[in-house]
Amino acid sequence: MTATPVLDALPAGSRERLALLGREVSFPAGALIFEEGGSADRFWIIRSGSVALTVHVPGRRPPTVETLGPGDLLGWSWLFPPYEWHLGAEARGPVRADEFDAPTVRVLCVEDLALGYALAQAVARVVADRLKATRMRLLDLYGPSGSGSMP
Amino acid sequence: MTTPVPYEVVRWESETADTATVALRPAGAALPSFRPGQFAMLYAFGVGEIPVSVSGISRADQGLVHTIRAVGAVSGALYGLRPGTSVGVRGPFGTDWDLPAARGHDLLIVAGGIGLAPLRPVVVDALAEPDRYGRVNVLVGSRTPDELLYRAEIGHWSTATAAHVAVTVDRPDDRWTGEVGVVTALLHRARFRPHGTVAFVCGPEPMIRATARDLVHRGVPAQRIRVSLERNMRCATGHCGHCQLGPLLVCRDGPVLGWDRAEPLLATREL
Repeated sequence: MTATPVLDALPAGSRERLALLGREVSFPAGALIFEEGGSADRFWIIRSGSVALTVHVPGRRPPTVETLGPGDLLGWSWLFPPYEWHLGAEARGPVRADEFDAPTVRVLCVEDLALGYALAQAVARVVADRLKATRMRLLDLYGPSGSGSMP
Repeated sequence: MTTPVPYEVVRWESETADTATVALRPAGAALPSFRPGQFAMLYAFGVGEIPVSVSGISRADQGLVHTIRAVGAVSGALYGLRPGTSVGVRGPFGTDWDLPAARGHDLLIVAGGIGLAPLRPVVVDALAEPDRYGRVNVLVGSRTPDELLYRAEIGHWSTATAAHVAVTVDRPDDRWTGEVGVVTALLHRARFRPHGTVAFVCGPEPMIRATARDLVHRGVPAQRIRVSLERNMRCATGHCGHCQLGPLLVCRDGPVLGWDRAEPLLATREL
């Protein structure tokens, strides 16, 4: 199992229980891993490669809003109703990842509340980090009037 | 250092649509040696004077390199200088990155936007003597691919040295194949031992705060996180007070500070 901030945040026993549910998968370059609006029934921890998170915009190539790489959690919509992807994900090159079946993990979270709480905290941390990053980008800090070390 | 000394522009290179890197050589007597992180007051004759960090130091001919973004009247005039023209220079001013004190440590160099300019000589010096340091990480954030500074040089750092180099942009175009996102998202894939690392951070202040807080959270001691602050510097000699930040005058006590000193000042709304 790949070292990752999400899994590292879990207690050792919980990490091992979760790891038993993972299976290694691979995606070729250009593969659509999931589509916006689709059922969020899986998630992945990326082992290698790069994945683009994209938004569907009619009439143009889906713009990339963020890229994820080794160690990153791919997908968090599986943890929260209505369990639908709110972005798309595309492999930018060959990608290897550990894949988890979301309904099975959700059942495990109910059965093992300590694991469920730790995993929910870890995923919330990822969501919070991405929210902070998004807010930072909204500031457009590197623009001509907002950046620079000196005028 | 209070009177501008004439320097000649000997090279002008376009970096982006509004940013250029200019190389200066003393037209007569040279100023004392600059160190990475320090700044000069550049005087565009008849227009005005602004502080600009050194983005390169040519020790052989006592030359200076500055990267200038045209955002106002003075920076626009400096951006418009071409080889053969002259500029007035005062300096060196301020504190430096103190790279020699980082010997034996992993280096984490984090730049956002034009904040890469003051860090460029740190990267150059560190890569010139790799045996003196542990792992060298260079993380760069840019608004768009077209606004990325030193593209060819970054490519060289990435492919021809042992440094871990990562670049991310906020707004990719269709040709961009690199990372997309904020520069702090690159931290967890950088290779460094938190307690044995010296970090150098430069860019917009919110980016500095986010990066420094993340690094402290990861275990990098605050005093080993060096940040470069931007304030309204006028005299550069600690007299006019325009750049006052609490008890500090950034032109004299900065621009490079340890995060242990900078954090409480940046957290005070009135400053």
